[in-house]
Amino acid sequence: MSFVTIDNIFQSYGPRPILERVSTSVDEGEFISIVGASGCGKSTFLRLLLAEEQPTRGEIRIDGNPPAREPGIERGVVFQRYSVFPHMTVMDNVLAAESFGTRFGFLPRKARKGARDRAMATLDRIGLAHAADLYPTALSGGMQQRLAIGQALTATPRILLLDEPFGALDPGTRLQMHDFLMELREETGMTVFMVTHDLDEGFKLGDRVLVFDKPRWDPTDPDIIGATITYDFDARNGGIPFQTIKEETHVLHPA
Amino acid sequence: MRLINQKPGRVLALFLAILPFLAVLLAYKMGSDARLAVNPSDKLLPAISTIVDTAERLFTQPDRRSGRILLWHDTAISLQRLALGTGIAALGGLAFGLAIGLLPHARSTLSGFVSVASMVPPLAILPILFIVFGLGETSKVMLIVIGIMPFLIRDLSQRVLDIPHEQIIKAQTLGASTGVIALRVALPQLMPNLIQSVRLSLGPAWLFLIAAEAIASDLGLGYRIFLVRRYLAMDVILTYVIWITLLAFVIDWALKQTARKAFPWSGEAL
Ligand SMILES: Nc1ncnc2c1ncn2[C@@H]1O[C@H](COP(=O)(O)OP(=O)(O)OP(=O)(O)O)[C@@H](O)[C@H]1O
Ligand SMILES: [Mg+2]
Repeated sequence: MSFVTIDNIFQSYGPRPILERVSTSVDEGEFISIVGASGCGKSTFLRLLLAEEQPTRGEIRIDGNPPAREPGIERGVVFQRYSVFPHMTVMDNVLAAESFGTRFGFLPRKARKGARDRAMATLDRIGLAHAADLYPTALSGGMQQRLAIGQALTATPRILLLDEPFGALDPGTRLQMHDFLMELREETGMTVFMVTHDLDEGFKLGDRVLVFDKPRWDPTDPDIIGATITYDFDARNGGIPFQTIKEETHVLHPA
Repeated sequence: MRLINQKPGRVLALFLAILPFLAVLLAYKMGSDARLAVNPSDKLLPAISTIVDTAERLFTQPDRRSGRILLWHDTAISLQRLALGTGIAALGGLAFGLAIGLLPHARSTLSGFVSVASMVPPLAILPILFIVFGLGETSKVMLIVIGIMPFLIRDLSQRVLDIPHEQIIKAQTLGASTGVIALRVALPQLMPNLIQSVRLSLGPAWLFLIAAEAIASDLGLGYRIFLVRRYLAMDVILTYVIWITLLAFVIDWALKQTARKAFPWSGEAL
């Protein structure tokens, strides 16, 4: 059953098409990696999923709902940078996921204790309990991204969008973050879209790897053709397809 | 070693910092001595000792006619005008800055107008203020407000626009309404900038204050300076100038400390 339906999306800025004819559907709980050359429109695609922009044509539906017109609580996002609020402590950043939804952005006094306990549990889970009272500038890049992911997940979005979330991290921290993300995913069963420049990362984490590229090449003006999904790899089982046997092998087939 | 890589040690740095002050003092003393040697009753460059005596008298002895120590009264009323003016301008700057920075409709409506309005020379409309608001407190406070608010609005709205767009998007995905984004994302990040911009506009604020007081007032630091100018009382003027400078310096320093203390996350930006 398709959870996210992307139906014939076109996006252009002015006369310049960036994306064209992008269609796919994604099941609930799938992890989609998105790769492609720099500037081909991956972030644009994510912005469309986020409803930060509207496509010039086509529509995106989550769970059959009408297309969203602005970002909201059902979509979570982590960018490569600037995803956490620098003026809030680590604790307040996680609490923001609960308090921002209120009328004035502050939790009522009686709800505060419970929220703090939940936030502390989240911080424990993402390994930042010791840093609860620090400001994000005091955290390393990996810790900031962990906080950003924890913050996004606290709001329990329906889909999580990651734009090169580990792009600015060193290889060791990156590997730790992979484990961290895999575990969280196991726990939450979240539907994830992740843009990455690292093919290995894409195949390692994703169930599917979507490749964005221009489908044709116009020799006179390469810019008049937008990118689309040119490959859709099955990335489960280390990217080797047909490893899961679909038939029941222990049943006697009638001759 | 290149000049750009040569750094003074601590003692030398301190000495270098004091040096220009000493130089000015010395130059003044030499000028004053030279003039007094020719004409002992010269009023233009009174001896430093005369200034100190005058300062002591101004700070401690009540006025013969009114029985009040005028300098303190001048200071109180001037600071009150300054605080009111900058306070109102800061609040207006915050409100309009947030609106212009966050709301595309407000931006379309106001940003052009504010750019044009900030080009109006405030002192040129001082007469209008006197006509409209009379010669009382309102016109003086208004001059400060009109003088510095356009700058504050432009500066603060730009700061709001400088907040990484990612943060605004992130806040929306956490369910924040426009109001919550203004209150919890933009406003707190604007506060250090507000203090910074107010610090920058205190110079102009003093200028407008003294100008307004010089023209129409019967109390205030600026009024006093322009009053005693008629008697060529350089010792009084210099005392007031040094006092105003000191006040301005202390206010600036206090604002800087406040920002450091209140916004630890803003780091070295201040
Ligand atoms: N708001 C915009 N207005 C005009 N052009 C834009 C806008 N946003 C993106 N573009 C252009 O669209 C193209 C695709 O941009 P996008 O950021 O989606 O690429 P990307 O695949 O994410 O690249 P990278 O791997 O470098 O992040 C780029 O050429 C960019 O210049
Ligand atoms: Mg990108």
